[in-house]
Amino acid sequence: MADMATHHAQHDAFKHQFEDMDQQRDAGTFGMWVFLAQEIMFFGGIFGAYIVYRLLYHDSFEIGSNLLDVKFGAANTVVLIASSLTMAMAIHSAQAGKKGKTQVMYLLLTVLLGMIFLAVKFTFEWHNDYTEHLIPGFGFVIRDAWGAAGVHVPLFFCFYFFMTGLHALHMIVGIPIILVIAVMAWRNRFDEVYYAPLEMVGLYWHFVDIVWIFLFPLLYLVGGRYLSIGGH
Amino acid sequence: MTGLVQFGLGFLAQMAAMLPLHPPTASTIAENVDLLYYFLTVLTLFFTALIFGTIFFFMVKFHRQSPDEIPADTQTHLFLELTWTIIPTLITFVIFVWASVLYVQNSRPPASSTEMFVVGKQWMWHIQHPEGIREINEMHVPVGQPIKLTMTSEDVIHDFYIPAFRVKKDVTPGRYSSLWFQATEVGTYHLFCAQYCGTDHSEMIGWVYVMSPTDYAAWLAGGSKSESMAQMGGRLFSQLGCQSCHTGESSGRGPSLAGIYGTSERMRDGSARTVDDVLIRQAIVNPNSIALPNYPPIMPTFQGQVNEEQVLQLIAYVKSLGPEERTMSSK
Amino acid sequence: MSTVIAEMPGHELPTESHVNYLNVDHSVKSWLLTVDHKRIAILYLISITLMFFVGGFFAVLMRLNLIEPQGLVAPETYNKLFTMHGVIMVFFFLVPSIPATLGNFLVPLMIGARDLAFPRINLLSWYIYIIGAAFTLYAVISGGVDTGWTFYTPYSSTFAHSQVIPTALGVFITGFSSILTGLNFIVTIHKMRAPGLTWFRLPLFIWAMYATSIIFILGTPVIAITMFLLGLERLLHIGIFDPAIGGDPILFQHMFWFYSHPAVYIMILPGMGVMSELITAFSRKRIFGYTFVAFSSFAIAIISFLVWGHHMFVTGQSVYAGLIFSVLSFLVAIPSAIKVFNWTATLYKGSISYEAPMLYALGFIGLFTMGGLTGLFLASLATDVHLNGTYFIVAHFHYIMVGGAVMAYLGGLHFWWPKITGRLYPDAWARFAALVIFVGFNLTFFPQFVLGYLGMPRRYAVYPGEFQVLNVMSSAGASILGVGYLIPLIYFIWSFKYGPIAGPNPWGAKGLEWTTPSPPPTENFTEIPIVTEDAYDYAGTTGRRTHG
Repeated sequence: MADMATHHAQHDAFKHQFEDMDQQRDAGTFGMWVFLAQEIMFFGGIFGAYIVYRLLYHDSFEIGSNLLDVKFGAANTVVLIASSLTMAMAIHSAQAGKKGKTQVMYLLLTVLLGMIFLAVKFTFEWHNDYTEHLIPGFGFVIRDAWGAAGVHVPLFFCFYFFMTGLHALHMIVGIPIILVIAVMAWRNRFDEVYYAPLEMVGLYWHFVDIVWIFLFPLLYLVGGRYLSIGGH
Repeated sequence: MTGLVQFGLGFLAQMAAMLPLHPPTASTIAENVDLLYYFLTVLTLFFTALIFGTIFFFMVKFHRQSPDEIPADTQTHLFLELTWTIIPTLITFVIFVWASVLYVQNSRPPASSTEMFVVGKQWMWHIQHPEGIREINEMHVPVGQPIKLTMTSEDVIHDFYIPAFRVKKDVTPGRYSSLWFQATEVGTYHLFCAQYCGTDHSEMIGWVYVMSPTDYAAWLAGGSKSESMAQMGGRLFSQLGCQSCHTGESSGRGPSLAGIYGTSERMRDGSARTVDDVLIRQAIVNPNSIALPNYPPIMPTFQGQVNEEQVLQLIAYVKSLGPEERTMSSK
Repeated sequence: MSTVIAEMPGHELPTESHVNYLNVDHSVKSWLLTVDHKRIAILYLISITLMFFVGGFFAVLMRLNLIEPQGLVAPETYNKLFTMHGVIMVFFFLVPSIPATLGNFLVPLMIGARDLAFPRINLLSWYIYIIGAAFTLYAVISGGVDTGWTFYTPYSSTFAHSQVIPTALGVFITGFSSILTGLNFIVTIHKMRAPGLTWFRLPLFIWAMYATSIIFILGTPVIAITMFLLGLERLLHIGIFDPAIGGDPILFQHMFWFYSHPAVYIMILPGMGVMSELITAFSRKRIFGYTFVAFSSFAIAIISFLVWGHHMFVTGQSVYAGLIFSVLSFLVAIPSAIKVFNWTATLYKGSISYEAPMLYALGFIGLFTMGGLTGLFLASLATDVHLNGTYFIVAHFHYIMVGGAVMAYLGGLHFWWPKITGRLYPDAWARFAALVIFVGFNLTFFPQFVLGYLGMPRRYAVYPGEFQVLNVMSSAGASILGVGYLIPLIYFIWSFKYGPIAGPNPWGAKGLEWTTPSPPPTENFTEIPIVTEDAYDYAGTTGRRTHG
C-alpha cells in the first residue's frame, strides 16, 4: 500500500496519505508545533508549582539557589545556545542545498555540545550535590547555617532535580534522534525540497534550549547572590 | 375500592417513611439549603420533562411516513437561539447569586460561637471541649448555641460531615480548617468522614448528640472532667520545659507568651503576623520557620513529641494567658 | 441477499466482492504493524472493550458488596474495587473510547482524506496505550491499588500500602497515547480536508473531535507531570506535596483537577459530536443552529480549563476563589444547554425513524439533560457543601459519563458498525438492548441522587442500615445494566461474521464516509472527493456532492 498515489509522487519521501509534498511538509511542521504546545503544558505544570512555592518560601528558595554553582549553569547555557546555533546551521545547509556531509558535521557538533552539557550537569553539578547531601531522598541534610528557612530548602532542591532532570531527559531523548537524522543526512536524504525531519528535530532542540533559558534564571539566579542589592 | 385506595395511600406513606428524601433538618442553615435544593430539583425535573416530552412529541408527530421521505429544510432561527442562550444564562445567574449569598452568609461563624476542637486520625475523630472533656467519634453539643470547630488531621485528608446540619469541611494535615453550625433540634445525628482516607474510611463515623442546654450542662458536669483544655496545655507546657525559655520575662531566651494571643508580632524580615492558632502551631512544630528580631533561632521542634490534640491544648493555654499578665515582649 | 451459506473454513463469507481494509491481509503481523487508521481503530476497539468489561466487572462486585450494610467483602478489597473501577473506566475506557475508535476510523473518512496525517504515530499511540494498560493491569493482579482514582495526597504518596506506583505509571504512560491521538487529529483536520470542505461544512463530529483534541494537547501533559511527581514522591519519600518539608497536599488536587475536569469534557464532547450525526441522520434534517452547536464545543473546551476549583469547594478554599469557580462552572453549563435545545429543535418537522442508534441518541439527550442539570447543584456553593463527596456526585457524573458518554459511544458504534464491518446487526435485539440499558441505568443511578442528599458518603464499604433500600435498588439496576451491556457484545460478534451485508449506506445518511464502500478500501477513496454542499444537506439545497 506504499504508493496508492503514485500519480502524485514527487519525491522518495512522499507519504501516500498526502496530496502533495507541500501538504506533507505543512502537516509535519504544524504537527511539531502542536507537539511543542503539549510540551509547554508539560513543563508548565511544574513551573506553576514552582511559582506557588517560590512565593510561599522566598527565603528558602534563595538559600537553595545560592547553593548552586552558577559557573556551571552559565557555562552550560553558553554550550546549549551554541548547540542551537549548530542545529540551525544544519537546517540551513540542507535548505541551501549543501551536501549531506555538511549537514552531518553540524548535527554531530550539536550532539557533541549536548553531550558536554549533560556531562557538566551530571558529573560536576549533580555529583557535587550528592557529596554535599543536597539531593532530596538521597541523604539530604538540612544545615544549621540556613537557620529558620532551612526546613523548606529541600523543596527547592526537589524542584531543581525534577526540572533539570526532566530537561536532561528531553536532551537524552533528543540526541539519538539527532543521530538517526544524521544517518539520513549522510545518505543524502535531505535537500532543498525535503528537509522536514531535520526541521522538526531542530524545532524540538530549540524548544529544549528555550526551556533551559527559563530554568537557568529560575534556579541559578533567583538567589540574587550576584546582585549587590537586596542584602538579606 | 376505597379500601384499595386507602391501602395504596398507606403503602405510599409507608414507602415515604422508608425512603425519606432529605436528612433531618437540625441546624439554622439546613432549611435554607433545602429550599435551594428543592428549587434546583424542581428546575431539573421541569427541564428534563420538557426535553423528554418534546422529544416524545416530535417522535410521534414527525414519525417517518415512507422510506423516501425527505423533509423540507428549516432555517436556523436566531431569535430561538438567543432565547435558549439567554434564558438559561439568567436562570443560572439567579441560582449563582442565591447559592453564593447563602454560602457567604454561612461562611463566618458568629462572634458568640463556642469553640471546639477536632482532630482526624485514621480512622477516628477526636473531639475536645474547651472544658477539657475529650470524646472519640462522639460529639455532644448544646442546642441553640453556635459552635465553631477548629480542625486538623494527624495523617491524611479527612472530611468532617454532618448531613443533618448540611455542613462539611476537609480536615487537612498541617493546617487548621474551621466549620461552624448552630443546632436547632435536640437529637442524635450522623457524623461522617466524607473524604476517602484509607482502609476503614467507612468506619470513621460517629454521632453528634444535640442536647438541651441544661442536659448539656449536666453532661459536662458529669463527665470525667479533670482539667480544662487550657489547664492540660499548662501542664504540658511545664512537662515539656517550655517555661525554661518562655519565662515570662523579657530577658528570657524566648518571648513571653502572656497576652500574646491575638496581637500582631513583627518578624525579622519586617512583616507582621497575627499570633493565632496557625502561628502558634507553626511555632511548636516548626519553630525555625518563624524568625523574631530579638531572639536567636534556638527553639527545637516539638514535632513528634506532641500530637495535634496536645498542640491544640498548648494553644488553648497560650490563649488563656490573659492580657493582664502581659509584659513588654519582643519589641 | 441470502448470505448464510456453508462457508469454507478460514474464508470470508462469499459475499464481499471488493478488496477492503479488513480482507486485504489476514496475517496477525498485518494487524500489529498496520498503519491504517481503520485497523488501528479496530485494535483500539478491542482493547477498550476489554478494559470496559474489566472495569464493569469491578463495578458489579462493588454493587454486590453494597447490598448488605455490613458489606460482603473486606473494606480494603472494596476500596481496591472502586479505585480500579475508576482508574480503568476513566483513563482506559472513557477518555479513549470515542476518539480512539470512532474518531480514528471516521476523521479521515469524514474529511475525505486517505489516512490521518501521521499513521505511524497513530499506531505508536495504540502501543503506548497497551503499555499503560499493561502497567495498570499489573497493578491490579499484583495486589491492586486503593487510593481512589483521584490519587489524593498525602494518602497516595505516603500512607497507602498498595500498588500506587505501577498504577500512576500506567496513567502517566497512557496519557501520551491521548496526546498523540489529539495531535494527529488537529493536524489532520487542519491540513487534510478534501477540496471544498470548508470549516463550516465539516460534520459536527469533526468539530467535537477538534475541541477534544485541544483538551488532549493542553490538559493531558499536566496530569502526566502530576502522576510523575506523585510516583517520584512515593519512591523517594520526599517531594513537593510532602507537608513535612512545607509541601502542600492541596496543590496536588489543583494539578489533578486542572486536567481531570477538562477530561470530563474529553469524555462528553465526542459524545456530543456523535449525537449531532445521529440526530440528523435519523430525522433526515440539517442540524438546527450549526454554528451554535459547533462553537459551543469550543466554548466548552476553553471554559473547561477554568473550572477545576469547583472540585475543591470544601477544602478550605477562600470564599472569593469559591465564588469565581462557581460562576465559571455555571457558565460552562450554557453551551451544553444550547446543544440540547438545538438537537431537540432538529427533530422538529423531521422524518424520524427509530432504529437502535436513534434510541441511544434520544436516551442520551434526556439523560445528559439530567446529568447536566444536577451539575448545577454542585456548581452552587451552598448545596455543594452538603453534596460534595456523597453519592449525589457519583450519580451526577455517572449520568454524564454513562448516561451520556457511554450511550453516545454505543449509539455511534451501532450507527457506524455497518461501515466498520460491512455487516448489519439484528436491529430488534439492538433496540431491546438499548431499552434494557436505559432502564438498568436509571434504576442504578437515580436512587444514588437520593442517597447523596440523605448524606451517604461515597467510597463507603459499609454504611448505616437506613440507606439499604436505596442501595439494593441501585444494585438491582446494576445487574440489569450489566446484562444490557452483554447483549450488544454478543450480537456484534455474531454480526461480524454472520450479519447481512450492509451496503455502502444502509441509513441513507449524509457524510463522506457513507460514499465509500462498506467496509472501506484501505485508501478510503479511489479519488479524493470534491465537496460542494453543507453538512447534513438532506433536503439538497446547497448543491450536489460530486464523486470522482
